[in-house]
Amino acid sequence: MPSYDVMPDVPLFQPAEIGDALNLVEQFGKGGWVLGGGQDTYGWLKDRAKQPTALIDLNGIEALHGIRQTDDGLEIGATTTLREIIANPLIKRDYELLASAASRVASPQIRNVGTLGGNVGQDARCWYYRRGLACYRAGGNLCYADSPQGMNREHALFDASRCVAVSPSDTATALVALQATMIARSVNGRREIAAEDFFVGPATHITNMTSLEPDEILTAVRIPSHWAGSRFYFEKVADRDVWDFALVSIAVVMTMDGDTITNSRFVCGGVACTPYRLHDVENAARGRTLSDESGDALAALASQGAKPLNYNHFKIPLMENLVRRAMRG
Amino acid sequence: MNPNLSRRHFIKAVIASSVAAASHAGIQSASAVERHRGAVERLISLNINGRTRRVDVLPQETLAHTLRYKLGMTGTKIGCNRGECGACTVLINDIAHYACSTLTHSVRARAVLTIEGLQSTDGTLHPVQQAFIDELGPQCGFCTPGQAMSAVALLKENPKPSREEARQALSGNICRCGAYDHYLNGVMRASGQS
Repeated sequence: MPSYDVMPDVPLFQPAEIGDALNLVEQFGKGGWVLGGGQDTYGWLKDRAKQPTALIDLNGIEALHGIRQTDDGLEIGATTTLREIIANPLIKRDYELLASAASRVASPQIRNVGTLGGNVGQDARCWYYRRGLACYRAGGNLCYADSPQGMNREHALFDASRCVAVSPSDTATALVALQATMIARSVNGRREIAAEDFFVGPATHITNMTSLEPDEILTAVRIPSHWAGSRFYFEKVADRDVWDFALVSIAVVMTMDGDTITNSRFVCGGVACTPYRLHDVENAARGRTLSDESGDALAALASQGAKPLNYNHFKIPLMENLVRRAMRG
Repeated sequence: MNPNLSRRHFIKAVIASSVAAASHAGIQSASAVERHRGAVERLISLNINGRTRRVDVLPQETLAHTLRYKLGMTGTKIGCNRGECGACTVLINDIAHYACSTLTHSVRARAVLTIEGLQSTDGTLHPVQQAFIDELGPQCGFCTPGQAMSAVALLKENPKPSREEARQALSGNICRCGAYDHYLNGVMRASGQS
């Protein structure tokens, strides 16, 4: 595959108002490429693996930027950078899970420009897909990763359907755990989508990892106060501490009554095409205390139903051990 | 060949002449998209190292490309050109960015600081530059401008970082020679802690 030093010729739009941006995405449809921090954009363009007809840079729109308190929690504008999320005192105090997840994304320079909207909206990191091959996700009719010679150590254990790529976003797991709501806008109106429904697997939509329509822009993420200040656990396992995507990550929220877990949400990244809820673990966690014994009991439930590929069996004990670690007292 | 004509001067001369040619070519194609609200102008002003530079910038051009090939500022290196190595690190409003993964059009009205802007006007090196020399930071030197810019960004925000904080701040810069500890020693020295 040729790689180019320079970017391809693409018109750039830098609207200052949300209305102008919505008109542009409406006008360009699937060819319009919405730009946040751009860190998941320029590689596609330099490789000529995707060819948008217009770049629509949202960073000049003030209404999409910043962290605000609402009646019930927080609203984070889509172009708020990960750096700002990590440093924000309200997030640190009430939703430290999100700050931990954001602080494990890529590298410092990428967190300085990478946006929350871009992080949750980023595309699959399967190297066959990224290479521009005509796989299912690219609209073709085969999967290179799930083939006898396919290199698939980073791919899915659950919910694969033709495509076996995984959700690459670190903040997505935290947002699903915190029961966030995504706000999408188009020229036709506004839509609120539960984070859990925002991320879609290949069985639902083979060429899109989110439920956003081509004419929609993700404008904000709302975090309800429900889990504010509860017990959080986030851990990401990757080959390197910097840059690399999660092999497996886990985001956990728990409410406690003394030492006893009353309610919890366990969400894994890197094991399915979407953030993956561990429902069995959540059900079994209710009424337990944090201890190694509880961890052993819950770990056994974590990976049930996993369908490993040729090279990703190691993710099963990794998942189980992350559940164990989340349950340490 | 004229011995005074160094490779660097030759490259700069070639760049200067091609800018003159290229800047004329694009004027007509730019007007087609200006009908849309939010379309970008091509001739823009950039604030680089405290100086205002008028540059003809393509809509899709990266800052690393503009710096090196339009302005001849070759201190900013392009390593991977993918935001995966850090050699192109520059500061934009005092925050470290990968210049290879920043659109030049997005830095209008913002202050860009490159490795060329670190030394003072009388030629005295920035404390980070001097400390990197004293601690033998550079081996091949290719990653050094990026390492220096990340270190400068850190010290602007946190003048007395711990070694661990320095390690985190420089973690987005790869050094193929593996001189990481030397650079960290340099950061500690530049912050007056060694």
